[in-house]
Amino acid sequence: MMAGNKEGLFSQKNRRLLIDPLDDDNPVTVQVLGICSALAITVQLKAAFVMSLAVMFVLVFGNLIISLMRNLIPNRIRIIVQLIVVAFLVILVDQVLKAYSYDISKQLSVFVGLIITNCIIMGRFEAFALGNGPWRAILDGVGNTVGYAIILIVVSFFRELLGSGKLMGYEVLGHKGKSIAESTGLYHYGYENNGFMMLAPMALITVGIYIWFQRSKNRKLIED
Amino acid sequence: MDRNSNLYTFIFAVILVVGVAAALAFTATTLKPLQAENVRKEKMQNILSTIGVNVSRDEAGVQFMDFVKEELALNADGSVNEDVDAFKIELMKETKMPKEEQAFPLYIAEKDGKKFYVIPLFGAGLWKEIWGYIALDDDKNTIVGASFDHAGETAGLGAEINQSWYEDQYIGKTIFDENNNFVSVKAVKGGAKSGDMHGVDAISGGTITSDGVTDMVTERLENYLPYFKNN
Repeated sequence: MMAGNKEGLFSQKNRRLLIDPLDDDNPVTVQVLGICSALAITVQLKAAFVMSLAVMFVLVFGNLIISLMRNLIPNRIRIIVQLIVVAFLVILVDQVLKAYSYDISKQLSVFVGLIITNCIIMGRFEAFALGNGPWRAILDGVGNTVGYAIILIVVSFFRELLGSGKLMGYEVLGHKGKSIAESTGLYHYGYENNGFMMLAPMALITVGIYIWFQRSKNRKLIED
Repeated sequence: MDRNSNLYTFIFAVILVVGVAAALAFTATTLKPLQAENVRKEKMQNILSTIGVNVSRDEAGVQFMDFVKEELALNADGSVNEDVDAFKIELMKETKMPKEEQAFPLYIAEKDGKKFYVIPLFGAGLWKEIWGYIALDDDKNTIVGASFDHAGETAGLGAEINQSWYEDQYIGKTIFDENNNFVSVKAVKGGAKSGDMHGVDAISGGTITSDGVTDMVTERLENYLPYFKNN
């Protein structure tokens, strides 16, 4: 915190950094950032969780590092500096996991590229961390990832449930056998999975429905 | 110093890049042995899983010695190359060379008095490489188990090739038809007909990965035909 700043750690202003990105200023549905990864990895709930955690780590530490260096970074190469920080963090995590937690690293390896190119990360570095102190940058990082995670989890919940009849890999709607007689649960009554939910267009449509729902609830987002 | 001067920008960039490179190089080198050990054990675990031995990665090292009796490196004509350590063959490098110069690893395992032939696979998926192992029964025709993995296929679509529902489809399929011609096992878009001995269901939304598996299985198995004919 800056010297002479008597503001509390969780003052009203700082709390807003955590809460605003959840709804009013959601990075995905309001700022329309990070859509690419929201499409790519929302087929399964588990992948969405892993991705959210990975992004949280990178964004919180990245925001912190950028914020600490904000008075040193030359203006003309700031985007490149931001990219280096993201890439550094992602590769570091990947290497450590490969050595000590091989199974998680195998899950994450697919997302490494997606994290580096996630527009939310670059967006927050550029728009927030470069102009704010470390503590506020951390709060901003947490808030934005939680806002991102909410969308990922809601979208993947519907895609996994309707697309493959599972949640977190468990067959919640019953088991689909080779024939109706062999199937249990809903499949026994002729229910079929909607294969279309597995494809990218339905992720967009699900995000669209979420935005529609959000805008009809939240008066601040209604445009004249 | 002026933060916008060329000199400052240049010095800052150099310090940052060298610092980051040194930190990453240090991490990578220190962790390398641990990572290599994980990869080695996983390979053993995968080979064992194709013959129906499911062990944890830590146990795989010991169990591998018990089950795998021979590790052969074959030449393209089917003869055994004694000079090459089969376990160390890296298919990623081998498959880039012409067929005649490649070494083909083959693991011969024994379980409950029966002989199994485990063939390592390597090929291309949609985004990155895919690989796996396929185990053939004593008759060198019936598949007893398959294990696939990938470096970066799409989660929930192509990435499903490493799930048991996909791998288990290969069990019991045969790679030769009634006339003893090599036909391999193909992933069929829209689902294989029931009773198809040479087809499995492809993955919806993962067509290119499924085709990659088909090509990989066909291309790799074909290389072992000379050896199977002679032994």
